[in-house]
Amino acid sequence: MINLLLLPVLIPFLFAAVLLLFPKKVKAQRVVTMIGLAFALASSIALLYKVKVNGVQALTLGSWAPPFGITMVSDMFSALLVTSSLLIALFVVWYSFTSIEEEREKAFYYPAILFMLTGVNGAFTTGDIFNMFVFFEVLLMSSYVLIVLGGEKIQLKESIKYIIVNIVSSSLFVITVGYLYSVVGTLNMADISVKLAEIGPSGIVTVIAVLFLIVFGIKGGIFPLFFWLPGSYGAPPIPVLALFGALLTKVGVYAIMRTYTLFFTTDVGYTHNLLMILSILTIVVGCIGALAYFNVKQIIIYNIVIAVGVILFGASVMNESGMMGSVFYLIHDILIKGALFLLIGIIIKITGTSDLRKMGGLMKRYPLLAWVYLIVAFGLAGIPPLSGFIGKLLIVQGGFEGDLLWQSIFILASSLLVLLSAIRIFIYAFWGEEKGQHLISKEKYRHLLAPAITLASLTVLYGVGAEYLVPFMTDATNVLLDPSIYIDAVFEGVK
Amino acid sequence: MEILMSILIGFLFMAAVYLILSRSLLRIIIGTGLLSHGTHLLLLTMGGLGGESAPVLAEGITDYADPLPQALILTAIVISFGVTAFSLVLAYRAYKVVGTDNMDLMKGNEDND
Repeated sequence: MINLLLLPVLIPFLFAAVLLLFPKKVKAQRVVTMIGLAFALASSIALLYKVKVNGVQALTLGSWAPPFGITMVSDMFSALLVTSSLLIALFVVWYSFTSIEEEREKAFYYPAILFMLTGVNGAFTTGDIFNMFVFFEVLLMSSYVLIVLGGEKIQLKESIKYIIVNIVSSSLFVITVGYLYSVVGTLNMADISVKLAEIGPSGIVTVIAVLFLIVFGIKGGIFPLFFWLPGSYGAPPIPVLALFGALLTKVGVYAIMRTYTLFFTTDVGYTHNLLMILSILTIVVGCIGALAYFNVKQIIIYNIVIAVGVILFGASVMNESGMMGSVFYLIHDILIKGALFLLIGIIIKITGTSDLRKMGGLMKRYPLLAWVYLIVAFGLAGIPPLSGFIGKLLIVQGGFEGDLLWQSIFILASSLLVLLSAIRIFIYAFWGEEKGQHLISKEKYRHLLAPAITLASLTVLYGVGAEYLVPFMTDATNVLLDPSIYIDAVFEGVK
Repeated sequence: MEILMSILIGFLFMAAVYLILSRSLLRIIIGTGLLSHGTHLLLLTMGGLGGESAPVLAEGITDYADPLPQALILTAIVISFGVTAFSLVLAYRAYKVVGTDNMDLMKGNEDND
């Protein structure tokens, strides 16, 4: 079945459209959303299997032969990301049942999540650069709805900034696509790769590469373009924050990795060096932010920025270990950030504040929460055998192989700061004297904890079972490092 | 012709940047509108402005306009229309709740309002 790669994009879209019909029936909304996500997840796992067995899947729509039709391509990298984004959405929706107020649920909360997943999965799957812009807009439009839903003062203030930043970056995206089109005369990503290789190194291509880095850097939150991220992500309720933190920045990171491995491989000395320097600076400011705040949300949000830096550093060295480490770390980060946000969401629900100084002593009454948080925090820092370890190990190994000695040591040192920032939450929130009030009932607490624990155990499995994932990661890395696999799959049967 | 278009696009971008950097929310939104106009014209120019006849394949027609930028612009116009409409509604709502349209007064978060 060659249309399989469309299902993870289409199923959330169809279910979201159905959900629009009965916004006030909260129970039905929840059930239908879960069914839709389960179907989409099943189709994405089938796709993963298909890509593993048969190699890269490509489909050009409307019976126009490539490069003229819009192509959708699913290689191992995108199939893995599609699967993990649906997985994280499943947990976030499960968590939302208890965490989100009913007014929000009645105001098209679930359709907005599903529409956003359509955009996210579409951006991961598309093989056409303008189509990627369209899917970016789909996910941004839904994210505007999610960030402002509820209409609190802080949300309105922050969402205006979020929207304006994104409108400007979207305009820049179209401008960059226009420049690229004037150089190569095509929009098909595989075809662009072929044409750019024929042109070879030239000034205008480097300019376009840097423009793409700016466009996707704004979405992904790299230094110095992350300025909007901490404020805007702090505004919406926790489940939305979990979804944004786990997925939206990763779409930007994916787009950088895709364009920098498929298109801009002719002037690596300039473009990838720039990427490497920016990723190191991203880690620096991320660490400063993560240690500077007493607000739990802000600490974890700055950890998103750090992770973006680590992933892009692995991608910028352009060798096998570095790239494989990036893929490992990218999936790890989607899972672990989801789990972390769900856990600190519970802490915030219990204490009614996100200020660390106003909480304490939760260990006594909520020991399970404490231990799960500790395990996830260790996973975040990359303590073996948890999930962050293998990715970071490979990235550092790639750095050493690429003669980036100091930068790699710096990455290792940054892990300690990440650990410190996560443990600070543990010490302040769980140790010490009992402080503040306990706002939620036992039953609600259990309902919130269930999805968080399941997701946390998934991250542990991801770390412990890394060996079984290696064949998948190897496939993903091979396509990234050897664009001809991607190109051949798109033009199969044409040339 | 391309030179003329480039100057026009540059002018639109200049006006857009000036408006986006101002404090009033409404001016910022008008600025983003101008920015997308400039972007659309840029797409048109980047495809090349040549071509004598419509892009329909027929006998003896070799010099036809590039249809792709027009398709792209159409898509981009629809998207920017939707986004502008949304941001106008949002600006109105924010004005009612926050009580100001001055971006300088919209700083601050939960801790220091």
